[in-house]
Amino acid sequence: MSGKNLENANFDRFLHLRRKAYNTVFLVLTALATAIALAALALILETLVVKGVGGIDMAVFTMSQPAPDMAGGLLNAIVGSLVMCAIGMIIALFVGILAGTWLAEYGDGTKLATVVRFLNDILISAPSILIGLFVYELLVRPFHGFSAVAGGVALALLAMPVATRATEDIMRLQPYALREAGMALGANRGHVIRSIIWRASKSGLMTGALLSFARISGETAPLLFTSLGNPFLSFKLTQPMASMPTTIFQFAMSAYDDWQRLAWGGALIIAVAVLTTNIIGRALTRGSTHK
Amino acid sequence: MTVEAPNPFQTDQKTVMIPPPAGDRVIDVQNLDFFYGKNQALYGVNLPVARNKVTALIGPSGCGKSTLLRTLNRIYDLYPGQSATGDIRFDDENILDQAKNSEGLRARIGMVFQRPTPFPMSIYDNIAFGVRLHRRVGKADMDEMVERSLTRAALWDEVKDKLHSSGLGLSGGQQQRLCVARGIAINPDVLLLDEPASALDPLSTAKLESTLIELKSSLTIVIVTHNLQQAARISDYTGFMLLGKMIEFRPSSDAFVSPETRQMQDYITGRFG
Repeated sequence: MSGKNLENANFDRFLHLRRKAYNTVFLVLTALATAIALAALALILETLVVKGVGGIDMAVFTMSQPAPDMAGGLLNAIVGSLVMCAIGMIIALFVGILAGTWLAEYGDGTKLATVVRFLNDILISAPSILIGLFVYELLVRPFHGFSAVAGGVALALLAMPVATRATEDIMRLQPYALREAGMALGANRGHVIRSIIWRASKSGLMTGALLSFARISGETAPLLFTSLGNPFLSFKLTQPMASMPTTIFQFAMSAYDDWQRLAWGGALIIAVAVLTTNIIGRALTRGSTHK
Repeated sequence: MTVEAPNPFQTDQKTVMIPPPAGDRVIDVQNLDFFYGKNQALYGVNLPVARNKVTALIGPSGCGKSTLLRTLNRIYDLYPGQSATGDIRFDDENILDQAKNSEGLRARIGMVFQRPTPFPMSIYDNIAFGVRLHRRVGKADMDEMVERSLTRAALWDEVKDKLHSSGLGLSGGQQQRLCVARGIAINPDVLLLDEPASALDPLSTAKLESTLIELKSSLTIVIVTHNLQQAARISDYTGFMLLGKMIEFRPSSDAFVSPETRQMQDYITGRFG
C-alpha cells in the first residue's frame, strides 16, 4: 500500500517537473519575442537619432531644398506638410465629428447606422495608396495637375474614418442620464449634444484628433499621386507642394550625401513629431478618465 | 401567533383613493397605461397631484413609480418603443397628445434624477444653461437668478466663492442640490424627483429634504422614494404602487398609520419590498 503511494508520488513529481520545464520554455519564448519587438523599435530610433541629428541644423528649418552640394534645408517640405495636414484635418474633423455624432446619437440602432459603421471600419484599414489613386482620379486628372488641395483631400480621407470612429466611441461613453438631464430642462436633442455631450467629450475628441493627425503626418503613398512634391517653398494650394514624406523618399533615393543627410534629419523630425502628438493624446485621455 | 404569508402578487383586490379636492390639482393622471415596447408597465393608473404640496410615490422596486414619474414630463419620448396612453391633465390639456411641444412642457415640469447629473461646466453655467434655453437674460439679471436659485436650494453659502469653477468638483450632495437649483431656476410649476437622495449620505439627505419643504411654498413636488421615513417626513400625499397599479393613494398624515389595503400594510410594516 505504502509502496504504491511512493510510486505515485514519483510519477507525480515527474509530471510536475515536465510542466515546470514547459513553463520555463514558454516564458523564455514570450520574453524573446518581446525583446525582438522592442529591439526593432530601439534600433529604428537609434539609427534615426544617430544619423538624423547630423542632418539637423538651423538651415533645415530656414532654407528650402538645395541643389546637390549646396546649402539648404527642408523648409518647403515642413511648410508643405503642415499646410496639407491642416487641410486634411479641417475636412476630416468637420466630417468625422459630425458623422460620429450621427452614429452615436441619431442613427443608433438603425440599419443605416450599422452599414455606415461597417463601411467606416473598412475605410480605416484601406491601403493608403488606394486613397491616393482615388484622389488622383477625382482631383488630379480632371484638373490636369497635381495640387496641395488634392494632397490635403487624400490625407482627409485617411483621417476621416479614424475621427468618425473616435467621436462615436467617446460620445457613447457619456452617461445617458446627462442627456436626460439636459432634455428635462427643456433643451432639444441637438442643443443637448452641442452644449453638453460635446463638452463632456472634449478631451476624448482632442485625443481622437491628435491620433488621426499622427496617422496622416507620415503618409507618403497618397501624396505621391496627389501633391507630387515641389523643390521650392510654395503656398499655392492649386500647385504641387512639397511634403516631408515625399521629400525624404526623394532624398533618400538620391546619390548625394547631403541630400541623404537631410532625409535622415527629416525622418527624425517626423518621428519626434508623431511621438509627441501620441504622447500628448494619451496624456489627455488619462487626464479625462481621472475626472 | 400565526402570521399569514403576504401575497403581494394578488393585485385584483380593492384599491383606495382619497384624492385632494379637484380644484387643488395641478396635474391629474387618469387611467394611464404605459408600455416598454410590448411589455405593459402601468395599468390604469390614477394620480392626482395637489398644488404646492409634496406627493410621494412609494412601492417595491419595479412597481412602476419611476415610470409614472417619467411620463409626467414625457422624458420617455427619448426612447423609441416606449409609449403611454391615457390622460395626463396639466393646464386643461392632455400632455400625452403627440402634438404638444415637449420642450415647453419640460420648462414647466422640471426633473431631478437619482444620480446627480451636473453638466461639465461651471456652477454658474449649470444654472444659466437652463435659463438661457427659455429666455434672453442680461448679465445682472442672470447673476441674480443664479444667486436666488442657489439660495433656495440651500447651496449658495457653500459655493458663492467658486461659482466659476466646475460643477463636477462638488460633493455628491452638493451636486444634487445644484441639480435642484438648476431645475428651479427656470421657474417650473412642478418639480419631479426620482429617488434624489438614494446616492446621498444622511446629512446631505437632511439638507435636501429641508430644501424640498421650503420649495413647497412656490411649487409642486412629486417625489419617488424608497425611503418610507422620508416619504412620511416630507410628503402631504402618498401613493403606494404595486406591479404597475396604484393600490392606495391618501394624505400622508394617515397613510403610514392606518393604510386600508392589505398590500400597503404589508409593505410599510416591512413584510415585503
